[in-house]
Amino acid sequence: MSKTIIPFGPQHPVLPEPVHLKLTLEDEVITEAIPAFGFVHRGLEKLAEIRDFHQMIYVVERICGICSMIHAMCYCQGIEELMGIEVPPRARFLRVIWSELHRIHSHLLWLGLFADSFGFESLFMQCWKIREKILDIDEATTGNRIIISVCVIGGMRKDISPEHVNWILSELKDVEREIKRLETTIMTDYTVMKRTVGKGVLTGKQAYELGLVGPTLRASGIAQDMRMLGYAAFNEINFEPVVETDGDCYARCKVRFRETLQSIDLIRQAIAKLPEGELAVKAKGRPEGEVISRVEQPRGEVFYYIKANGKKNLERLRVRTPTFANVPALLAMLPGMWLSDVPVIVLSIDPCISCTER
Amino acid sequence: MFNKILTRARTMSPWVLHFDCGSCNGCDIEVLACLTPVYDVERFGMINVGNPMHADVFLVTGTVNHRNKKVLRNLYDQIPDPKVVVAIGACGLTGGIFREAYNVVGGVDKIIPVDVYVPGCPAKPEAIIDGVVLGLEKLKK
Repeated sequence: MSKTIIPFGPQHPVLPEPVHLKLTLEDEVITEAIPAFGFVHRGLEKLAEIRDFHQMIYVVERICGICSMIHAMCYCQGIEELMGIEVPPRARFLRVIWSELHRIHSHLLWLGLFADSFGFESLFMQCWKIREKILDIDEATTGNRIIISVCVIGGMRKDISPEHVNWILSELKDVEREIKRLETTIMTDYTVMKRTVGKGVLTGKQAYELGLVGPTLRASGIAQDMRMLGYAAFNEINFEPVVETDGDCYARCKVRFRETLQSIDLIRQAIAKLPEGELAVKAKGRPEGEVISRVEQPRGEVFYYIKANGKKNLERLRVRTPTFANVPALLAMLPGMWLSDVPVIVLSIDPCISCTER
Repeated sequence: MFNKILTRARTMSPWVLHFDCGSCNGCDIEVLACLTPVYDVERFGMINVGNPMHADVFLVTGTVNHRNKKVLRNLYDQIPDPKVVVAIGACGLTGGIFREAYNVVGGVDKIIPVDVYVPGCPAKPEAIIDGVVLGLEKLKK
């Protein structure tokens, strides 16, 4: 059988972001997939040499627009550790609330795009319709829909007022009800099952050896979630990682669906325990030393290495994002699959290219 | 007469091509949000297409970098005339917060001619729809 080489991307209707995959096919079966990156590379880590460590918050937020608040939180936690700042309890709980809001909106966005990847247009529309409610909460509490810019070194810039709390709870109730209405479609619909069950299977051992993170790893039966470290206020609320065992696209879909509902529960817990007090402590002095900071993004573990030498600018900032860790999974899953399954499998790891390439 | 019909058809159902040219995803998901029920641009006849040869309006988000400037130019050349280019977001306009980074060329207008600029970081869906409608005015002429 002769081989065909098909380029997938960089501009492709199913991908919102440019990534290029060179697919070698025999008939319609993929034998090899080679990724090409760099279409979104901007060189943000180097900006640490120009911008001071306070200004870098706004740069790291723009590593990825979807989970911007979580990037900022991770960076701030690292700098706070270097400077020995104790974050006030109210700020820690607010960080939980906003980061979980981001997780819900990212997972709903993914569920929609995933449905779109196998042509289920109406499910895409439904997921994005629910997502708008979460963005409304972001807009009402912070003033912007996507990049909310609430984290500063030492705490938070914005507060959630008591009137907003009640409104958020009632909105979350609506969101939960509407997500549960989608449950039968996502979990049992013939179209969804046909396109996702048994596609791109990774066993727990494979997933562990490839060094995967986040929902992709948890769908293979390994309970690893950075929220178990208890950063921000996760040590004070009940949290159990969501785990599935099948390791196929369907299991990844289930993990993210259940995490969406779990995040709503986490926000409720955080709001119930939200302590009074100040929002931020003043950050005095400059950071010195090196530190590793890890938090759980919607896509998995994000890892920040920060090296500072007591100057205004950081000496080195290194970010390792979840998609970078999950790309090897993609290359392990694709060979042996049909060309028509490529969009489903590519989206099942929830690729965030602008995170990966920065 | 024929031209009149053609212009009317073009402005009543502009097909949109979206290309993420190195943005942070913020503007991209806002472009996609325009298509979904809350903003629903399909009521104006706009459809997001994947093929540049079908498109009338080219939505570009994000900064241009040294690797994707060729892709951008290529996509622009494939769109048939007349076409409207809408640059979205602070990065698409000037390079925004990334302008000093080593791999960033700058705004979209350094590579291709831009008709409408939509500011914002990220630009709101209302602003993007407004930008496309402004572009259509240009298409009428």
